[in-house]
Amino acid sequence: MKICIPAKGPDSGDLVDERFGRAPYYLIHDTETGETRSYKNPAAEAMGGVGPRAAQFLLDHDVNILVAARVGGNALEALKAGGITILLSEETGGTVREAITAASGGRLREQ
Amino acid sequence: MIRLAVVSGKGGTGKTVVTGAIARICTRSRVMVDCDVDAANLELLLKPRILERTDFRGMEVASIDPAVCTACGICIGACRFDAIRTHGAAYRVETGRCEGCRVCRMVCPAGAVSMQPRMCGQIFYSETAWGNLVHARLAPGAANSGLLVMEIKKLALSRNGDCDLMLIDGPPGIGCPLISTITGTDHALLVTEPSVSGFHDLERVVRVSRTLRTPVSVVINKHDLNPRISGDIRKFCRREDVAFRGEIPYDEAVMEAVRNGRPVTEYHVPASEAITTLWDDWSRELW
Amino acid sequence: MKITVASGKGGTGKSMVAANLAWSLSGSGQVTLVDCDVEEPNLHLFFREDPSTGTVVTVDVPCIDTNRCTRCAECARFCAFGALVVTRERVLFFPEQCHSCGGCAIVCPAGAITETPRPIGRITTRGISPSLHLVTGTLSEGEVLAVKVIREAKEAAGTGEWVIFDASPGTSCPVVETLEGSDFCILVTESTPFGLHDLALAHDVTIQTGIPSGVVINRSDGKDEAAHRFCEEHEIPVLAVIPFERKIAEIQGSGDLISRRNAAWYDRFQSIGRLCRSLVEGA
Repeated sequence: MKICIPAKGPDSGDLVDERFGRAPYYLIHDTETGETRSYKNPAAEAMGGVGPRAAQFLLDHDVNILVAARVGGNALEALKAGGITILLSEETGGTVREAITAASGGRLREQ
Repeated sequence: MIRLAVVSGKGGTGKTVVTGAIARICTRSRVMVDCDVDAANLELLLKPRILERTDFRGMEVASIDPAVCTACGICIGACRFDAIRTHGAAYRVETGRCEGCRVCRMVCPAGAVSMQPRMCGQIFYSETAWGNLVHARLAPGAANSGLLVMEIKKLALSRNGDCDLMLIDGPPGIGCPLISTITGTDHALLVTEPSVSGFHDLERVVRVSRTLRTPVSVVINKHDLNPRISGDIRKFCRREDVAFRGEIPYDEAVMEAVRNGRPVTEYHVPASEAITTLWDDWSRELW
Repeated sequence: MKITVASGKGGTGKSMVAANLAWSLSGSGQVTLVDCDVEEPNLHLFFREDPSTGTVVTVDVPCIDTNRCTRCAECARFCAFGALVVTRERVLFFPEQCHSCGGCAIVCPAGAITETPRPIGRITTRGISPSLHLVTGTLSEGEVLAVKVIREAKEAAGTGEWVIFDASPGTSCPVVETLEGSDFCILVTESTPFGLHDLALAHDVTIQTGIPSGVVINRSDGKDEAAHRFCEEHEIPVLAVIPFERKIAEIQGSGDLISRRNAAWYDRFQSIGRLCRSLVEGA
């Protein structure tokens, strides 16, 4: 299973970014291999339709779970259609590593 | 947080006067947002002290490298926005028309087109005597006003999300900036005036709000300038099941207050009293 | 002679100036009046004639052949506006995001995308008199591509002895689209800090587009020093000062025209038109 965390930086020690579409990085953790890979968000600097474009990025990388603040609008519709589960991140200011632990431990609520 | 947008359809009906008046008398914690980014006027009443300014980048814009361009004309045929023009033998992108779709870059066989960042204006985060104000200035003639509206609303939410009220001064019209303004708000206050134009534009903005499922209510400004049309507007509200919020009389003191750069609710005049009553009643409903 | 009436601030009286100017000038020449405030077109409210023709404005949006589509998502990755998302099973299209650039149809390797017209507004034409025609562009409620409707309204108007364009308020792309190709721009302002602030912004747009301009001060209560000073400093001619009178507000508010009701106003608007022409021809 692949978990995606929008992040402010490229490392698992970096902070979670609450902005799903505008986060500069997406860290994708594979629970089977235990590996976490970092990707630059190609649309982070873009202006229009960032939500759906971010959703497409996640679909392209076979993500199953997104940990984020509440997602709305077209992005939500796209994530749902793609079968991606959205887990609501607990509090602001946590690191990517903490978010992955919380998500894999089943501690997070579904949106 | 309750998000209230003051809009009108027709311009010049008194949105900014009403917004400024409420900002002054509201007793709840609040953040103000001026979403009329083409012609932002709320700052003239709230006298903000700018704390931060950031550049606003719109959609990227195409740029043609004349050293690489072979003048084949394929991009001109592909561009739907008529944004590529010839100047003699040279091909140039009319920045104001370019929507940043990148079709020209895709079709150019010579690889002469690149996408460049585009500065479209500035965003300001300010403080006023009555709370923070988020406002912006769109570069003259620039596109992307809807995007800028989204940006400043997001900024207000991220900085002042703990306030009781987000009070938004909206743009005229029913297009891109208006839709961006009222999307995600809890309520839109429609300020109209008793003229055939004001009424006609009100009907359109009511219908747009419905498609966006934003609850609305109506206030008639300068209602005594044409009692007959004011009556028609009230009837329209009843018929269409639109909440009627109240009326503000025509009052020369409003123009004087604006000239002095003050919210009208700093004065004890009829217009100010009408707005105060309206807001007091409404506050009791909201909180 | 093409004149755009613009203002920056809304509600300063653009439509009033445009309609009266058109009515007065049509007494001695051929006039086409074009409502380019497509979000809130109002000029037809001053002329009660029924529209004689109407056409629909459409934009092309993608139509996906699901049998050919391989869900490769090239279209979604190309779309700069986030209007397309492709999952393993299907393609989602968000029409309100689509700018109708046509890129998805070009980029699709399977040839699965064709384009189909989607209505976003309409253009109507009215014959007001043998010498006055009104063209109105109307953006449908909920739509955002105002510029496209403006462009088609201007095309429908064609050229003529006098073509008068009523712009939307503001200073962004719809105003620029309206101004393009005009010989002159009338900036309508009111003597308040709001009016002046926005007059300066609108004037910037005319400078950028290289179109000469003149100012009409509307709803004047006599305290117009700041407006006059601004015009002097920027060397913009003041074409007229229209006083605030309840009577004028009433006539205007009820959908009538002061130039139709009053011969003196008729003459004044004619002379505003002649002044614009002499400013263009003298330049």
